[in-house]
Amino acid sequence: MTIATTQTQVPVNVDNDKCIAEKGCTVCVDVCPLDVLAIDMLTKKAFMKFDECWYCLPCETDCPTGAVSVSIPYLLR
Amino acid sequence: MKRIDLEFDLVVIGGGTGGPMAAVKAKEKNPKLRVLLVDKANVKRSGAISMGMDGLNNAVIPGHATPEQYVKEITIANDGIVDQEAVMAYAANSFDMINQLDQWGVKFEKDETGDYAVRKVHHLGSYVLPMPEGHHMKKILYRQLKKARVEVTNRVVVTRVLTGADGEVVAVMGFDCRTADTYVIRTKAAVLCTGAAGRIGLPASGYLMGTYENPTNCGDGHAMAYHAGADLANLECFQINPLIKDYNGPACAYVTGPFGGFTANSKGERFIECDYWSGQMMMEFYNELEGGNGPVFLKLDHLAEETIQEIETILHTNERPSRGRFHEKRGNDYRKQMVEMHISEIGFCSGHSASGIHTNAMGETSVPGLYAAGDCASVPHNYMLGAFVYGRLCGENAAAYCAGHGQGVIDAGDVAAEERRILAPLGRTDGLTPYQIEYKTRRLVNDYLQPPKITRKYEIALRRFDEIREDAESMFAANPHELMRAMEAHSILDCAEMAARASMFRTESRWGLYHYFLDHPERDDENWFCHSLLSKSAEGRMQMRKKAIEPYIVPIDEEERSAYQRLRVAHNAEAA
Repeated sequence: MTIATTQTQVPVNVDNDKCIAEKGCTVCVDVCPLDVLAIDMLTKKAFMKFDECWYCLPCETDCPTGAVSVSIPYLLR
Repeated sequence: MKRIDLEFDLVVIGGGTGGPMAAVKAKEKNPKLRVLLVDKANVKRSGAISMGMDGLNNAVIPGHATPEQYVKEITIANDGIVDQEAVMAYAANSFDMINQLDQWGVKFEKDETGDYAVRKVHHLGSYVLPMPEGHHMKKILYRQLKKARVEVTNRVVVTRVLTGADGEVVAVMGFDCRTADTYVIRTKAAVLCTGAAGRIGLPASGYLMGTYENPTNCGDGHAMAYHAGADLANLECFQINPLIKDYNGPACAYVTGPFGGFTANSKGERFIECDYWSGQMMMEFYNELEGGNGPVFLKLDHLAEETIQEIETILHTNERPSRGRFHEKRGNDYRKQMVEMHISEIGFCSGHSASGIHTNAMGETSVPGLYAAGDCASVPHNYMLGAFVYGRLCGENAAAYCAGHGQGVIDAGDVAAEERRILAPLGRTDGLTPYQIEYKTRRLVNDYLQPPKITRKYEIALRRFDEIREDAESMFAANPHELMRAMEAHSILDCAEMAARASMFRTESRWGLYHYFLDHPERDDENWFCHSLLSKSAEGRMQMRKKAIEPYIVPIDEEERSAYQRLRVAHNAEAA
């Protein structure tokens, strides 16, 4: 059997111009209860890696530069 | 991937609400105690109160309520099936805990004289104390953890509590969800603070993580307690809550009720006298939802502008602050429309109902050295303040236990077996994904276990769960994150089977919708005025037994006993 990947629009959006992950900031990654955020090794910016958001908002609230915005996942919107 | 061996006196599993309190209070009791707080997320923002809480739902404050009144209220709300001594241990320590939190900087609503401004939401007494700035709760707890010098390990998923020759706690095991390093932590005692089992059922939206509970709270603790040999109590008393449809978070009648908001049917009429979440309330809610007067709404559109603004400030900054943006996108305005509501998926959560790992008034489980506090333990209707009070009791009692016990002997075979179990999905390159196993389990829970309960459906569910267990042996994880979901899928499957076995055992109906059993539609006090306990048999299967209700310390008279059965608004009262 083979494993497929299915595309999906994720609810956590990171503004790369504001994100300061390249300076060592990992606040949003640290506070996410579900551990769905990560730092992209190529762009050095935070992004939503796993589509498992509880729309709880610590990532957005705690981000020091206001780079993160969370919308309600499409299935619930 | 490497193996990390650690040694502590006490390990607290789960850093949400009860966990930090347990760890701090254990250190206060004995500053030399080596205490580790483990969380699979980060204690700064983990658990049910990740974004804070808007109030205390069960404050027992002198001048407003007595511990006796509270014990009576909860006994009646839970159809008599309570260990009153355990509820009293909460009630008697409730006020001290409020003062402790007040000292730590939690801001409660106070009146002009500086007294706590208590509101009435329950059917009989007044126990609700608003915290309009409750979004700071986790920060306050974190400060106390640092002050008490509690060691914290984040992003480690604890999967098993290992026991020694006498069945006592000797270690806990788990893994890092970013590196897959395995952990063997030798310890004398452990406190489970893993929250509700909130990922048993599937939300009506079909979105896996759109649960009422923080999805990290998936029943790990319930499964760990079971495999360690502990009793679990009254699991058939499901949690089912009235929530904002699709958003699946609280609407929230506890906050809005004291301001004049209420649960209404499609005609905008009140149909229940009391919005406090009980099984009987949920039954009335369900009947209205499914009947010709559905759907059900939260009605606020009759309130004054300044009242609505105050409600918005509280509801859109606390607990589930994304409520505000959900409403905005939908064009919901509290001033103009009622908010459509629905019922949640099923779960185990003593915070709101009554099921969980069996604990007594000391917070002890039936396994020596194992304690449990908060939503995962069995003390009914405990809410956040109950998690704090039992966190304190567990921390202090575990510290005393540690003083009288040495480290136990760990069975190397147990460690090897658990290490194999944890790492198995990473060793495969092909198979079913954790997502598939979890989705199917939870979809079947909705199809077959959601009340009303029917024996034949439950039998089919058990057969299907067995099939999924076989399938789960071929689960594969591409990375440590997926490994976390894989191990959670095992816990969810265990909890689903527990929900089924416990429900089939209690051949009566009780707790309104929570255990509405169509084959046995009547309450049967003669045979079932008792707890049900689930445990692991010598053969490794789930077994059930009855436990007599502990003698009441606060007597309940006949008239009071049925107070929660009379929640529906009487027709003549409506006209009045």
